Amino acid sequence: MSALLEVRGLCVAYGKVEAVHQAALRVEEGRIVTVIGPNGAGKTTLLAALMGMLPARGSIGYAGEDITRVEAEQRVSRGLCLVPERRELFAAMTVEDNLVLGAFHRYRKRDKTIAADFAQVYQLFPRLKERRRQLAGTLSGGERQMLALARALMSRPRLLMLDEPSLGLAPLIVRDIFRVIAGLRDTGVSILLVEQNARAALQVADYGYVLETGEIVLEGPSGDLASDARVIESYLGLVSGNPD
Amino acid sequence: MNAEIALFLIQDGFTNGAIYALLALALVLVFAVTRVIFIPQGEFVAYGALTLASLQLGKLPGTAWLLLGVGLAVAALELTQALRLGAAQRIPAIIFNYIVLPAALLGLAWWAAPQKPALTLQILLALFLVVPLGPMVYRLAYQPLASASVLVLLIISVAVHFAMTGLGLVFFGAEGSRTPPFSDAQWKLGVLTVSGQSLWVMGASLALIVALLLFFEHTIYGKALRATAINRVGARLVGVSPAMAGKLSFTLAALIGALSGVLIAPITTIYYDSGFLVGLKGFVGAIMGGLVSYPLAAAGALLVGILEAYASFWASAYKEVIVFTLIIPVLLWRSLTTHHIEEDEE
Amino acid sequence: MTRARLVLGAFLAFMLVAPLALPEFHVTLLNYIGLYSIVALGLVLLTGVGGLTSFGQAAFVGMGAYTTAYLTTTYGLSPWLTLLIGLALTFVVSLFLGVISLRLSGHYLPLGTIAWGISLYFLFGNMEFLGGYTGISSVPAINLFGVALDSGRKFDYLIWTLALLALLSMHNLLDSRSGRAIRALKGGGLMAESFGVDTARMKIIIFVHAALLASLSGWLYAHLLRFVNPTPFSINAGIEYLFMAVVGGAASVWGAVVGAGILTILKQWLQDLLPKLLGQSGNFEMIVFGVLLVLLLQRAREGVMPLVVRYFPAPRKPLPASVPALPRRVRPAAGAALLELRRVRKAFGGLVAVNDLSFAMTSGEILGLIGPNGAGKTTVFNLVTGVLPAVGGEVHFRGERIDTLSARAIVPRGLARTFQQVHLLPAMSVLENVAIGAHLRGTKGVVSAALRLERGEEAMLLGEAARQLERVGLGTSIHEQAGSLSLGKQRILEIARALCADPVLLLLDEPAAGLRYQEKRALAELLRKLKSEGMSILLVEHDMDFVMQLVDRLVVMDFGEKLAEGLPQEIQTNPVVVEAYLGGVK
Repeated sequence: MSALLEVRGLCVAYGKVEAVHQAALRVEEGRIVTVIGPNGAGKTTLLAALMGMLPARGSIGYAGEDITRVEAEQRVSRGLCLVPERRELFAAMTVEDNLVLGAFHRYRKRDKTIAADFAQVYQLFPRLKERRRQLAGTLSGGERQMLALARALMSRPRLLMLDEPSLGLAPLIVRDIFRVIAGLRDTGVSILLVEQNARAALQVADYGYVLETGEIVLEGPSGDLASDARVIESYLGLVSGNPD
Repeated sequence: MNAEIALFLIQDGFTNGAIYALLALALVLVFAVTRVIFIPQGEFVAYGALTLASLQLGKLPGTAWLLLGVGLAVAALELTQALRLGAAQRIPAIIFNYIVLPAALLGLAWWAAPQKPALTLQILLALFLVVPLGPMVYRLAYQPLASASVLVLLIISVAVHFAMTGLGLVFFGAEGSRTPPFSDAQWKLGVLTVSGQSLWVMGASLALIVALLLFFEHTIYGKALRATAINRVGARLVGVSPAMAGKLSFTLAALIGALSGVLIAPITTIYYDSGFLVGLKGFVGAIMGGLVSYPLAAAGALLVGILEAYASFWASAYKEVIVFTLIIPVLLWRSLTTHHIEEDEE
Repeated sequence: MTRARLVLGAFLAFMLVAPLALPEFHVTLLNYIGLYSIVALGLVLLTGVGGLTSFGQAAFVGMGAYTTAYLTTTYGLSPWLTLLIGLALTFVVSLFLGVISLRLSGHYLPLGTIAWGISLYFLFGNMEFLGGYTGISSVPAINLFGVALDSGRKFDYLIWTLALLALLSMHNLLDSRSGRAIRALKGGGLMAESFGVDTARMKIIIFVHAALLASLSGWLYAHLLRFVNPTPFSINAGIEYLFMAVVGGAASVWGAVVGAGILTILKQWLQDLLPKLLGQSGNFEMIVFGVLLVLLLQRAREGVMPLVVRYFPAPRKPLPASVPALPRRVRPAAGAALLELRRVRKAFGGLVAVNDLSFAMTSGEILGLIGPNGAGKTTVFNLVTGVLPAVGGEVHFRGERIDTLSARAIVPRGLARTFQQVHLLPAMSVLENVAIGAHLRGTKGVVSAALRLERGEEAMLLGEAARQLERVGLGTSIHEQAGSLSLGKQRILEIARALCADPVLLLLDEPAAGLRYQEKRALAELLRKLKSEGMSILLVEHDMDFVMQLVDRLVVMDFGEKLAEGLPQEIQTNPVVVEAYLGGVK
């Protein structure tokens, strides 16, 4: 299987402080790949750089092309999409307008299939349909995350990057969100998932990377990672050998 | 003062106020989308008025040459960038947009000006010569600094204002111009005489405001501009580039500015540097709305217009002093009602 | 002798000889450069250092000029008296304008300055008693020790003496306790405030200072030309003053002189050249100035001074060998009640971030506050330190209620913090960054700093900063730029800065985030050492390994509420906590 995303030697720095150092990772078509690691490890920075929101050195290959110097907006129209940790919704606009804007680059290309996608997204998130005339800023935390996901889907992504989708959500909603993520893979979307909630991430993912202080220190099929002693101690339980 | 004068002053105030309101809206729009405080807005007013005045005299307006010059500068910048990024496919579009089109407009103006076409055509031509300067100025001066602080962008604005005023002097000369009114009609409404030109100004302003409203509410580009104003990062993530939003908002602002110039040209004599004060009066209005609220900005601008009309009746020499001192109570009021949270800006 | 001193010496020698040796025209240029330098110096402080922009300085120049012109011609007052009156008038007006516009966010001030700059210009032009647009002529010459300064050559000495004195006092001011506070205004306001700097007051001080310098320049102008009219005080002149400050840049106070020099000479040259080129007369130099400034801001935002300063490296000032230590506060006995939160509540809009949270800690304890991302831990910090107001509940510190106090009032009670996102001033040295922490342990203000009357206290503050840097193990980096340190060292720097405030309780917000393994070990070592010296620490942290081996007790938060509280072993086996943390897909 060919790699949809192939990152080599990626370095990202804020001023003189390097936040990601020589990162290399692959996402194959139709897979879920997760990056786990502690706070401040550089996970969010990594995704922002992949999206083109931060300048980076190294090479980012996507669908057979080098996109390292391609602008973020161009990456969107090529099918990359990032749902950031802070969601970045348009709070003072309606739910529906947020979704319309999700498909912005498709409107520019006069895509005729947008209406069908609205129906699909509303079917996936019925709550959003109920609230489509409401301002995004008035939604609850869980609904906001749904809207962020739905807005991303409106762009018809090939590679969806999710930054901490479980952040600040009650466990029940987290389960819903992860169910949606697992379902997306079946529709052919590839997913790069960054999570603090390592257990949930490794359960849904096919392959995983561990990022610590800006460097990838471990990688492997998620089943292997989930049983790796070091991962268990640092990320999966408060105590080594936690019964579960 | 009797009722007749009072009503006349109100009409006068509303006429000027309508223009200030248009400018205030453009300023709020540009600020919300790009964080640029658009001081050179006034220069677009002057350019619009003086370009129309040249056309009415059957002369080729200097702005036609300016457009080509600025177009060449943008083309040079874009071409170097395209070559550096190895994006050769962009070259034909760059040459067409920034060299061929301005040259074609120059040719058109050169051919059309001596024939003195109908007023509507003259206005259209004036707009075509002035409005493209908006996005070009954005490209040259602001886009390379899009992520800079509001203060740096403001200093850039003042620098652009300086340069554009000087260029106005080069291309239009030091003499002022006043164009004939669109309409000589007069109506008696009780004690009040309403001039056709006032109605034109107010009607056109209202129409433009409604058009803007529809644009923001119902078009994908209007929504994209609103989205950028609300959340810049979010807008980038859905593929709305700040450069696109910036150019679009500058195009709208230049259009509003040039059109205001066209509307105001028959009311007062416009010199190459008159735009600054006109634009700043829009500003005083916009600041009343905290640079964020469209309705408050428009209302504030109308208030400025009326205040100015009364000030020029009672103390004409102190007209400008009164209008610009108004900003002090406004700032005082805003500083007492705004709970400002310290935000660090580099 | 350093290179900088050589150049300075040569400059002073030149200034001494120039008025005697140069042709009249060049002396006039030199005079103007001096006058403009004084105004630009105020803007270097206000805009370059403090980050506040004014386009209205020309109006203050006009205020100084018109005050003396009117009072000396109409009432025959001595110019020396009118200087004081002009400065007093400017002080009152700028204080008023500063108080009303500085409270607002950044861009209102420059907009306000444009408006009252225009307004004052028209006022000068329309006031009958100020001569309208024709102005006031036959302003008397200044008499200095019986010598009438009635020629440009003589006047030159007065202008440049005052300009150099202003430069020297500004240099002194920036290199002091107040100077550090001023330099923190741009990009470090929140941090400075949390160490007790009254940033609003500092802004007003530099605004008034800049206005007074402008007024001084106006007084000189009126007596140099012996004539005033409104034109040189228009908004365009105000804009040119700002250009000078931007062109020179704030890397050094000399930026004002360099900027004023470049623009004055350039303007002179362009005014000769452009009308010939264009075949008509007018202020065409505006075009060049405008384009030049845009290019400068795009390519070299800091102006030309950084390029110059590079050739004159500042000598490293040796720290005073032995300075008396600053007095320390009385510390509570170990085990005494220290901090108590009683049903503290905070909501952002509809979202409850902290929900009736209560916990207490005693002196000498390390308490860990843990919980998933978004649980509200940082909000708790902001409530305790007064950065955010609580909507309900009470916070008590050493028996005193503090939730009603501002951040600035809480610091001196013995509470200091670090930030989750490092907040430091990257261009300042490590030592100076840390010394900001000791701000409230000094008292000397702006005037004594400008006159160098605070050297004793300054040495004690820097000595304390050096001591705290030594204590945390950064003793070898004190002269480095803070921005060039690694993230790990920057976090340690923040701890040293907090220690400088002589706290009883240290609040650390994720100090281990982004640190490498070795750095984490060093940090844990440091915190243990601080504890052994009697420091109490409240710690928000994510790294469980790090927390578990360090803290005495833990409070676990989730969704703004307290989930559990207890010893590390108890927390690790608490099923509620395990569920909240793991919350996986079953």
